[in-house]
Amino acid sequence: MSIADAEALDAPRPRARGRRALPYWLLTPAVLVTLLIVFAPMLLAIGTSFFELVLFRPKATHFIGLGNFVALMSDPVFWSSLWRTVLWIGLTVPAQMLLGLVAALILNQQFFWRGLARALVIIPWALPSVVIALMWRWIYDPNIGVANDLLLRLSIIQTAVPWLADPGVALYSIIVTLTWQGFPFFAVMILAALQGIPKSQYEAAAIDGASAWRQFRHVTLPGIAPVLATAGLLRVIWVANSIDVIFVMTGGGPGYATHTLPLYAFVKARQNLDFGYGSAIAVAFTLLLGVFVAIYIARTMREVER
Amino acid sequence: MNHPSPLRRLLTIHLPALLIVLLSIGPFAWLALTALTPSAEISARGVSLSPAVWSLENFNRLLLHTSFTGNMGHSLIVAAGTVVLGLLVSVTAAYSLSRFRFPSRKLLMLQFLLVNMFPVVLLILPLFIIMRWLGILDTHLALILANATVAIPFAVWMLTSYVDAIPRSLDEAAMIDGCSRLQALRRVVLPLALPGIISTGIYIFITAWNEYLYALTLTGRNVRTVTVAIQTLIGEFQIEWGLLAAGGIVGALPVVLLFLIVQRRLVGGLTQGAVKG
Repeated sequence: MSIADAEALDAPRPRARGRRALPYWLLTPAVLVTLLIVFAPMLLAIGTSFFELVLFRPKATHFIGLGNFVALMSDPVFWSSLWRTVLWIGLTVPAQMLLGLVAALILNQQFFWRGLARALVIIPWALPSVVIALMWRWIYDPNIGVANDLLLRLSIIQTAVPWLADPGVALYSIIVTLTWQGFPFFAVMILAALQGIPKSQYEAAAIDGASAWRQFRHVTLPGIAPVLATAGLLRVIWVANSIDVIFVMTGGGPGYATHTLPLYAFVKARQNLDFGYGSAIAVAFTLLLGVFVAIYIARTMREVER
Repeated sequence: MNHPSPLRRLLTIHLPALLIVLLSIGPFAWLALTALTPSAEISARGVSLSPAVWSLENFNRLLLHTSFTGNMGHSLIVAAGTVVLGLLVSVTAAYSLSRFRFPSRKLLMLQFLLVNMFPVVLLILPLFIIMRWLGILDTHLALILANATVAIPFAVWMLTSYVDAIPRSLDEAAMIDGCSRLQALRRVVLPLALPGIISTGIYIFITAWNEYLYALTLTGRNVRTVTVAIQTLIGEFQIEWGLLAAGGIVGALPVVLLFLIVQRRLVGGLTQGAVKG
């Protein structure tokens, strides 16, 4: 140890302590703001869920413990909304992934306008949800919408379909819209992963006489599997949360036909101003979604470990 | 390598690529055609494909006879405010998470990741209650704070990965030359991270501009952003598709252009950081 180092060890402590505190000081503003605008509201939401709280009857507000959650268990709309949420995620995410995979495989080939094609394909991702929702309402318009027009001309359907007004069809119509909105995200992620697969692996497979399908099965798929898992999880969370498109397209109707759980919470609070019950639905939904969030976070934090 | 024939390339590469591009931009292009077709024509014969019929009637009506330009102004204030707040608190946080190793580092990173996943619907009700109590409902500040719930965690993660990519040896060299930590951050790391900071800022701008649910719930009369305003174009008695389409095109154009400008850099950052899209 040199003399200078020894002196440094004997140097006054406050400076060293100040330096050790520096990383925390740098983080303080961000942590403070998130505590105030995310964690405090979250605690308030949990608190509210234990109260009978209807906004236009503030005097009648009182603590009812688990009352809202007990009511939830026997609320048929809660259970049907939960089932639709499962259907909503279970159909939308795989459809987005499949379409994204196809797009990525096409855009991964060499052609002169590839750059332009890649830029144009991600446009749905940039559009405001409201514009997407209104645009598709226009496309789905039962009288003069282009969807009916095209399908009638191609004789795929015989009579005009009321895409958003038929309770049996509405949810699937919105799923198509959300698939359109979300597939570019998968395309971009998968494209990045495809570019990371070494060419030599394909060459080796070709020398072994592997068919295109076998190359896809044994080289491409394993190469993009981690990205599919991460992007898939991320999308489950995102699709589950996204209610703006449904809200603008049908408002949850006709009847309850397009209610998902978060939409039910939002509509309950917005139309009936029943914040207590709405918060209870939101908390229940968050707990259910928490499973996927936990898996995603565990995966991501493993990558951060360095 | 044997070269496939042009016809084969056309069928296996160009045609599928064209189809996927058409699928992506088709609906938006249809909206543009709708906006260009005069309202009377839409109700009489539907959307017109012939340029002879097109006019700027819907756009004129939108910009001259509705409050749409004012709504664009509100959206601009909210989106720019969110960018400033989001970047301001995130830059130092990202530097700290990237350069220091301290006991609670992983916990804090996890915190920001977790915050990013919170359902809007869980936060929107309590935010409404809190902001009503503070008396800031229907202000730009209300929306900036609400949008920051998404912007800050996103920015922290993005910027951390950008700062990670700048070699530590650079700030160490600056510190040997007599810079303090903060000076090294300001003079060495910030300029190098600037492209990353800009594209993160643009992405925050896009999400804040596109945000709808908070704007619908927390503001209304005084502050009405584009996304909320577009819906009011729908008309009282019958749906005015032409006007609505013009609103959709004008309202979306700024973010589409921004997105096209930053898409390449952004895609790199997103795929590495794997943050919320």
